[in-house]
Amino acid sequence: MFDNLPILSLLIFLPLAGALLVSLTPRQQTGLMRGLTLGVTLLVFVISLPLFFSFDSSRIAFQFEERLEWIPAMRATYHLGVDGISLLMVLLTTFLSPLVILSSWNDIKTSVKGYLVSMLMLEAGMIGVFVALDLLLFYVFWEVMLIPMYFIIGVWGGQRKIYAAVKFFIYTMVGSLLMLVAILFIYFYYGKVTGTLTFDYVQIRELLFPENYQVWLFLAFGLSFAIKVPMFPFHTWLPDAHVEAPTAGSVILAGVLLKMGTYGFLRFCLPLFPNASLQFTPLLSVLAIIGIIYGAWVAMVQPDVKKLVAYSSVSHLGFVMLGIFTFTQQGLQGGLIQMVNHGLSTGALFLIVGMLYERRHTRAIADFGGLARQLPILTTFFMIATLASIGLPGLNGFVGEFLVLLGTFLTNKVYAAFAATGVIFAAVYMLWMFQRVMFGKLDKEENRNLVDLSKREIAVLVPVTAMMVLIGVWAQPFLGRMETSVDALIRTVHYRAAKVNDAPGLAPLDLGWTKEPPAAVAGE
Amino acid sequence: MTDTLTLSQIAYHFAPTLTLVVVGLLVLILGMLFPRMYRETLAAVVLFGFGIAVFYAVQNWSESVRLFHGMIIVDKFSNGFACLFVIAAGLTLLLSINALENTSLLVSEFFALIIFATVGMLLMAASAHLLTLFLGLELLSVSLYILAGFRRNDKYSIEASFKYFLLGAFASGFLLYGIALIYGSVGSASLTALAEAVKARDLLDTPLLTAGLALMAVGFGFKIALAPFHAWAPDVYQGAPTPIAAFMATGSKAAAFAALLRVVLASGMMTQAVWQQIFWVLAVITMTVGNIVALRQDNIKRLLAYSSIAHAGYILVGVIANNELGSSAVLYYLLSYTFMNIGAFGVVAFLSKTEDELVNLNDYRGLAFRRPFAAVAMAIFMFSLAGIPITAGFMSKFYVFSAAVQSGFLWLVILGVINSMISLYYYLGVVVVMFMQKSETAGEELALERLPAVGLALIIAVFGTLQLGIAPARWMEAFQDLARSVM
Repeated sequence: MFDNLPILSLLIFLPLAGALLVSLTPRQQTGLMRGLTLGVTLLVFVISLPLFFSFDSSRIAFQFEERLEWIPAMRATYHLGVDGISLLMVLLTTFLSPLVILSSWNDIKTSVKGYLVSMLMLEAGMIGVFVALDLLLFYVFWEVMLIPMYFIIGVWGGQRKIYAAVKFFIYTMVGSLLMLVAILFIYFYYGKVTGTLTFDYVQIRELLFPENYQVWLFLAFGLSFAIKVPMFPFHTWLPDAHVEAPTAGSVILAGVLLKMGTYGFLRFCLPLFPNASLQFTPLLSVLAIIGIIYGAWVAMVQPDVKKLVAYSSVSHLGFVMLGIFTFTQQGLQGGLIQMVNHGLSTGALFLIVGMLYERRHTRAIADFGGLARQLPILTTFFMIATLASIGLPGLNGFVGEFLVLLGTFLTNKVYAAFAATGVIFAAVYMLWMFQRVMFGKLDKEENRNLVDLSKREIAVLVPVTAMMVLIGVWAQPFLGRMETSVDALIRTVHYRAAKVNDAPGLAPLDLGWTKEPPAAVAGE
Repeated sequence: MTDTLTLSQIAYHFAPTLTLVVVGLLVLILGMLFPRMYRETLAAVVLFGFGIAVFYAVQNWSESVRLFHGMIIVDKFSNGFACLFVIAAGLTLLLSINALENTSLLVSEFFALIIFATVGMLLMAASAHLLTLFLGLELLSVSLYILAGFRRNDKYSIEASFKYFLLGAFASGFLLYGIALIYGSVGSASLTALAEAVKARDLLDTPLLTAGLALMAVGFGFKIALAPFHAWAPDVYQGAPTPIAAFMATGSKAAAFAALLRVVLASGMMTQAVWQQIFWVLAVITMTVGNIVALRQDNIKRLLAYSSIAHAGYILVGVIANNELGSSAVLYYLLSYTFMNIGAFGVVAFLSKTEDELVNLNDYRGLAFRRPFAAVAMAIFMFSLAGIPITAGFMSKFYVFSAAVQSGFLWLVILGVINSMISLYYYLGVVVVMFMQKSETAGEELALERLPAVGLALIIAVFGTLQLGIAPARWMEAFQDLARSVM
């Protein structure tokens, strides 16, 4: 029944229409504006549900495709579609957006209109990044989404907001400009080899680049993705941005924006530059492991809860990267599900930290202690999120970390051993933090009068927590939807990496792995 | 074939230019007869005239006719540029209504000079002969010398006018000398003759022609404000009335590029590695000098001046690419640049009602909270100048760079991209000041009444900036058509 509905375009343009509506609302009507925004984001979420439920997980090809001419003079198209790799990312975005709006209901008091417009534009941009199947279109979404985020950090952020916002913007932009050059190069190279110019991802991925080109292109794409992830040593913008951003900004940053980096590796680097990907695997794996351990260690010594959660992101994203670069079914699926998990559990942690901050106007661990008795509901949610974040079985984090470690173990036992220590450190810093904040004696006078969560705040946390439990006990619907795409991706990488010298230029791709599965399989 | 045209046919083909000349004279007469006439009325008359000029340019869009014994060529290229110049002049006019308020400036003369400058631009884009080119350039320059110094009581304005005049005269000298040498080696100053002579005898190797072209390149370098010939630009832009600075940065730059393209394409300069290398270096120096010096500006007009220098470098990349994509990219860039740069100067004009202009970055502190419309518009222009997607600036940079990649200038593109990164910092700086800092001064100074004319100009500029950035398809096709007509 949804066959004729351009769902993906709706997901992009509804938030934009919402932004327009909000910007036309009179400035005093903040309630109306908030309601409008919440309504629009909820509607977007509802519209995105058919993506999940009518997704055909046995098909490799992109689904819900839309294709229109955009710039015929340059042969750039407006081409959208989802596969098992982008599906959950889109849903994660549409799922978190209304919650974030609801969470910042009373949080933002100055220039509410600008804030809500930025949020809606951000949602449109993020969805666009995950569904764009045209290199130029992808780049446009990738960049344009920086602007609202920049404003969210810079206008509604904390003390050092300007520094954080400018650093965020320049870091990400610097990475992606080289990607633009690489995109142009691919465009003309494809034109030279095949005689037609196109930015269409589906066509371009048919092309196998010579090995030496792959290295440079991988680096140009990879730099912008690595900065976004953020991989050690490109992570320094992240703690600043996270800490200075308002709660909603941190949630979106952690929940969705960081995933754009790992998504970029999956979507572009692996299939387009398979040889370079394999070649850079040791480097990226080691950097990922450094990220895991370094992030955990730095998190451990943070006196500020928000900063602690921010550094834990560096560690968690290290797991995702490690999983991706195992090129095994388990590792990749683990990485993908971990992308969702991190969005949920770290998102929840940021939300809870924000709620604490709203009550106490401090985020220093030392200022808390013994809150458990005072705030039982908040403590419960906090505990679930903490446990999910450290990967307790039965909650979402376990599934992802387990799969990643399994995949890593199959390919490199040493990596797995080092990465596993990250899990232990995570347990240490998270539980230690939780203990210092929630347990012990309630010895600060200011903490005695704190009120527990309001209905609105509970409404924000319940869906996230429910999802964490759902994925924890029944991950199959989520893993199942990515299986075919991940399988295809791994086969593509191995198959094409082997072919690079026989056929510079065009190498069959889709047919290659559907009809006759090549021998190279993961784990050998 | 020129001689077979009747007078009325000539008038028809030459109509855009003729219309402007008539309107210019009309404005002078009206100003003389009715000295107390409202600025708005006069502006409406001029805008009406501009409308007619655009109408005629679109009417005989796809003609290709030589007029006046081959001195002038009316083709898609010149008609397209005519539209661009008129857009720039129209926006400038809308801005000037505000700038002229409460000043003792002579309105009708001011308007008439803008119109005559536009006529000069039209001649430059339509010239098929180096002397017409020179004539157009001088008409444009002399008008601008006067306009730059129009705020007679302001010493910076006088300085701007004087500086611009002296250096402009030098530049004209170079250009004229170059023309003379080219005439000497080809035996004619017609661009067609030049193209034919080059094709027939490979004249590019002769020292005389090379020297001529080099001298012309220097002359153009001055006019476009390429480094190292850029030194006048910041002072002149700073001192000139804001709308005029906008006009110089967009219209006159576009005209110089139009003429440069004609000369480059006729002489086949860019088919030679030496010339490509020279311009390669010029482009890189220009971008780098512009961007790096702009980093340290706290006067917004000077910042825009340096940014304008940097942009000339980017545009030059399209000329160097020397392919169809490159030429159309140059046109695309110039139109985008017209919208975003006039827009940016427009915001400055919008906020400076009196002769004391608000040009210090500190004056823009917290602007978003006092005048959100102006601040949002300025932010859009800044993002566009920085080349961030969904704005015209991104598309034009993308277009120029892709032309260069196509011709194999990968390193030039990478240097251009690095320059874009540098520029990001100061463009963001303006946004930071407007949106992220609280104003220390009270909001009183900026409590202006509504200014419909400038507001309209800003809306047009915002619309153009976004339109060219989001749905560039039709424009790109049109410009490719233009580029094809001249190549």
